Amino acid sequence: MSTIATIERPRFLVGWRILSYAFLIFLSALCIFPFLILIINATRMNSDIQKGFSIIPGSAFMQNLSGLLKDPNIPVVRALANSVLISTCCAALTTYFSSMTAYGIYMYRFKGRNFAFNFIMIVMMVPTQVSALGFIKMIIDASLLDSFLPLIIPAIASPIVFFFMLEYMKSVLPFEIVESSRIDGAHEFRTFNSIVMPILSPAIAVQAIFSFVTNWNNYFLPALLLNSKEKRTIPIIIAQLRSADYLKFDMGKVYIMICIAIVPLVIIYLLLSRFIIRGVTMGSVKG
Amino acid sequence: MARTRKRGVDYSRWGYFFIAPFFIIYTVCSLIPLASTFYNSLFESYRVGLTQVGPNYVGLDNFAKIFTDSKIHVYALNTLILWICNFIPQIAVSLLLAVWFSSSSMRLKGQQFFKTVIYMPNLIMAASFAMLFFALFSDGGPVNSILLNAGLAKDPIRFLSRVDWTRTLICAMNFLMWFGNTTILLMSGIMGIDVSLFEAARIDGASPTQSFFKITMPLLLPIFAYVFITSMIGGIQMFDVPQILTNGNGSPDRTSMTLIMFLNKHLASRNFGLAGAVSVLVFTVTGALSLVLYRAMMSRYSLKGSSN
Repeated sequence: MSTIATIERPRFLVGWRILSYAFLIFLSALCIFPFLILIINATRMNSDIQKGFSIIPGSAFMQNLSGLLKDPNIPVVRALANSVLISTCCAALTTYFSSMTAYGIYMYRFKGRNFAFNFIMIVMMVPTQVSALGFIKMIIDASLLDSFLPLIIPAIASPIVFFFMLEYMKSVLPFEIVESSRIDGAHEFRTFNSIVMPILSPAIAVQAIFSFVTNWNNYFLPALLLNSKEKRTIPIIIAQLRSADYLKFDMGKVYIMICIAIVPLVIIYLLLSRFIIRGVTMGSVKG
Repeated sequence: MARTRKRGVDYSRWGYFFIAPFFIIYTVCSLIPLASTFYNSLFESYRVGLTQVGPNYVGLDNFAKIFTDSKIHVYALNTLILWICNFIPQIAVSLLLAVWFSSSSMRLKGQQFFKTVIYMPNLIMAASFAMLFFALFSDGGPVNSILLNAGLAKDPIRFLSRVDWTRTLICAMNFLMWFGNTTILLMSGIMGIDVSLFEAARIDGASPTQSFFKITMPLLLPIFAYVFITSMIGGIQMFDVPQILTNGNGSPDRTSMTLIMFLNKHLASRNFGLAGAVSVLVFTVTGALSLVLYRAMMSRYSLKGSSN
């Protein structure tokens, strides 16, 4: 533990501690409050919601849920399946191929190695939106509109995950392990798959979670590339609720839909929060 | 002797096979599209109903058009306002929390709980978060209902018809989504500072305030630069929250229309010429920022691993 001030000044500190707890509780309340209202309203009937807010939950949760599932204009189940499929594929591809790229740069002294590394570091922060136009044109020309492939394949090249895996490799992967595997006569790719990947698994797990969440939440490109009703993902359905002005019809449905988009992630997060929070800093600069 | 012979085998060319997928996919999915975006920005190409106009070569006309007809500078200013009004409170609060959390004399309890709670909004889908705020702050929504019941307002506040409130809501959402993340980054920076520096300062009679400004702040500078630039690049990309909150209109009167919302509008209507010009401008700004970040990150970076 590092120390800001180790001088004991009891009276001075008591005040600060009370203040800091008050402030932290206030901020936590700000973070929790919107979700609290969300969950309460998801259990109330539309007519009750319209009358005004009440802190007491209603009993219409199942009714709202079945109302939403039956609505033919909002294909929730299909959208959930689509979102899970895309996010899972992206998480798998991005972690495997980023590890592979990082391993290539970390382990081999080939010509152009420094160029390759510097290239990836330079393009790391260039946002995908700036090449979206060319990408969409290319997808139209290849008649891949309304397909999931253009949303999944680019996950193979992810500079940020690459950098994270490289940093992790530097701290856990000694050259000796790889060399002894070579002496045993293992093929390079075999060494990577059966010896290196297992060593990287803690970092892969963290990055798989982050990648899943990012793609689950992704709205910009899917909204431009997916047209038909059965290809929609969860964020597109949420946007559709907004544009159809559902507030006038059935608020219960709106709240339950937002619940479906948020609650699964919150549950996963609460289960893995220690792990995830530790992962936040691993790929950033070292101060 | 077999060992020496083995050592003699040159494995380095294998590196190319390992990095090939990244470079092939990056070229196809990002570099070529980027070049094509630049190329398309020089052509007039849009749709009126079912008829396609263009593509006709028009030089830099699209760039002139987005400034004169579409007032892109207004959207750039909106984006800047929305980013700054969330970033300043965000960095102030995050720094305060990071110092509190890492201070051993504060001995705050329940740190894990607070960290878990304040990081949570970062993982929430921005689209659903915005939809939730839209529902909560609608004219007949729960917030107005609470304000009316508590006697804090006589009539419902029309949050989303007012410039100040709409912008405040967008900034508040971005603040909630990012301050936990920034706190954790700054905290790891503070934890990385050598404890003996604080000890030495204390022995020399420095006050906590002095050691904060003379030790913590200067040594946090690289992390600050990282947070500042990544947040700015993220701010330029601001899209989901204002898009969903205002249904893509940037209402009221386009005061919350961001650059990427404007780009999205042209991409959705297949007006590729103007979309290209907007993309090139956004690329120029983010590209310059990326270079600054790259230089900052690489100044003390080594590819060598600690295990070797």
